[in-house]
Amino acid sequence: MGKDLITLEHISKSYDGQLILDDLNLSIYENSFVTLLGPSGCGKTTTLRIIGGFETPDKGRVIFDGKDITNLSPNKRQLNTVFQKYALFTHMTVAENIAFGLKIKNKSDSYIKDKIKYALKLVNLEGYENRSPESLSGGQQQRIAIARAIVNEPKVLLLDEPLGALDLKMRQDMQYELKRLKEELGITFIYVTHDQEEALTMSDHIVVMNQGYIQQEGSPEKIYNEPENAFVADFIGDSNIIRSTMIRDELVEILGAKFACVDKGFGENKPVDVVIRPEDIELVSPENGTLKGVVTDLTFKGVHYEMDVEVGGRELLVHSTKLSPVGTHVGINVDPYNIQIMNVPESEDEEAISETI
Amino acid sequence: MRKVLERLYLGLLLIFMYAPIITLIVLSFNSSKSRAKWGGFTLEWYVNLLSDEAVASALINTLSIAVLATIISTIIGTVSCIAMIGLNKKLRSFIMSITNIPMINADIVTGISLMLLFRFLHISSGFTTILLAHITFNIPFVMLSVMPRIKNMNVYVYEAALDLGAAPLYAFYKTVLPDLWPGIVSGALMAFTMSLDDFIITYFTKGSGFETLSTLIYNEVKRGIQPEIYALSAIIFVVVLTLLMLVYRVPAKKNKD
Repeated sequence: MGKDLITLEHISKSYDGQLILDDLNLSIYENSFVTLLGPSGCGKTTTLRIIGGFETPDKGRVIFDGKDITNLSPNKRQLNTVFQKYALFTHMTVAENIAFGLKIKNKSDSYIKDKIKYALKLVNLEGYENRSPESLSGGQQQRIAIARAIVNEPKVLLLDEPLGALDLKMRQDMQYELKRLKEELGITFIYVTHDQEEALTMSDHIVVMNQGYIQQEGSPEKIYNEPENAFVADFIGDSNIIRSTMIRDELVEILGAKFACVDKGFGENKPVDVVIRPEDIELVSPENGTLKGVVTDLTFKGVHYEMDVEVGGRELLVHSTKLSPVGTHVGINVDPYNIQIMNVPESEDEEAISETI
Repeated sequence: MRKVLERLYLGLLLIFMYAPIITLIVLSFNSSKSRAKWGGFTLEWYVNLLSDEAVASALINTLSIAVLATIISTIIGTVSCIAMIGLNKKLRSFIMSITNIPMINADIVTGISLMLLFRFLHISSGFTTILLAHITFNIPFVMLSVMPRIKNMNVYVYEAALDLGAAPLYAFYKTVLPDLWPGIVSGALMAFTMSLDDFIITYFTKGSGFETLSTLIYNEVKRGIQPEIYALSAIIFVVVLTLLMLVYRVPAKKNKD
């Protein structure tokens, strides 16, 4: 990874006495696609607005390219924002919208004209110069908003849930579009969303947030495969989180049966939380399973079947391409690599951090 | 059959509403001084009106008060609305209902209370007091007209302008003002109309020796109605009607875009 471009140091922010961000520390590398992911009210948008300069933190500093920009107004920052509701200037044409920032910087007319052309080509809307923003679809408006931001050649592009208002198909298309744009422009994207699929698809680096705290950060694979706490496991995809006992290194007792695993260093006979993804549960014949259970619910989901399997009074969620009808007695096996062990929160503070939605 | 009845009802309604004004306009062209008899068409009363110095000075007073009151109340009202963007919903609707009270309040109460206030503050009656009174009762009309624009405004548009490098004032001028403009224009027209045809509040705040058109008409009527008054009233009616039509045209045109 490259060098730090933006560093947030000990950022705290509250509104009307309600704490939104509490001592947040975050480094954003140059030329990466970083996603702030979390449920609404987790502080992700506030974090983005602090970077953009629309909010001032109560405590802490924002460092941009080695300089403290905490109190710098947004019009003096070398970054541009794509807003959730597009925020296009409706009384101007598409070309005037895109030219807005360049005119303020006193660029020449020919430079502005070239830039508009280049930007419209980049977002696949060539020839839309003289249209009114209101005559465009939501997806097209969003592309214009992106074009308007990138012609200013910012070092960082901030995107605040830019796909939130689009329909599913359009959203998926735009995800690839944004990824391509990032590669072409070679700048840093900071993206805010509550959609875990969007985050997994596009990001180099995901920052999972809840209640003003960073829960975990890392690559999409790491976040998905090795969630550090119950909140992350629950928020990113479906998962089974089971209170269990770590017998010793590489051996854990789940629902009364002993499973081999690969985790070490949790101590002996210690309570832990185990995360098993529904697609990692193997259903076999009862006599071959480490655990035994009964299928209680079955739903066809297209790619796979989703099943509820009851094991000793506890329901487990299972995804499988093989059909086991309701009432079938099944055995359950899990590969040691697919068992993710997490510490049980001990202190109240930790409890608050990992409190689920 | 139902349609015929509907038309008839509407026709009757319009006749009841406009018969007095039509009578007035017709009489303003009547060459006979009698109210009961048509003596032929004349413009005599209009001509007399134009050469009447008392009317001319009252007209100048009315227009200068209306123009000044409109400009000042439009600025105050618009700025207040903008300032209220930052308030939470509860406080905002509270302030809006307070500012609406003078509008529903009986004019005579507003007039008398303003008169008492000016006496108490030792502001001598005349041009200043009428102007202050008109600004006071115009502000709610401006706010009522600008506020819906504020509510529908996308605040991110202003932030987007800042984000693209605009200084706050330039961003305001380029993004907020164009959004509010139709509301400001219709608010100003409304204020001008209200100011132009106000009688009661003006009457209580004007003091002696200072006349606007409406108070002049009232004084004349006390002395016995002259046909010139019909002419003057007809002109005021037409001007106010035109302005009101403009007020309703402005937002209608914007919606079409």
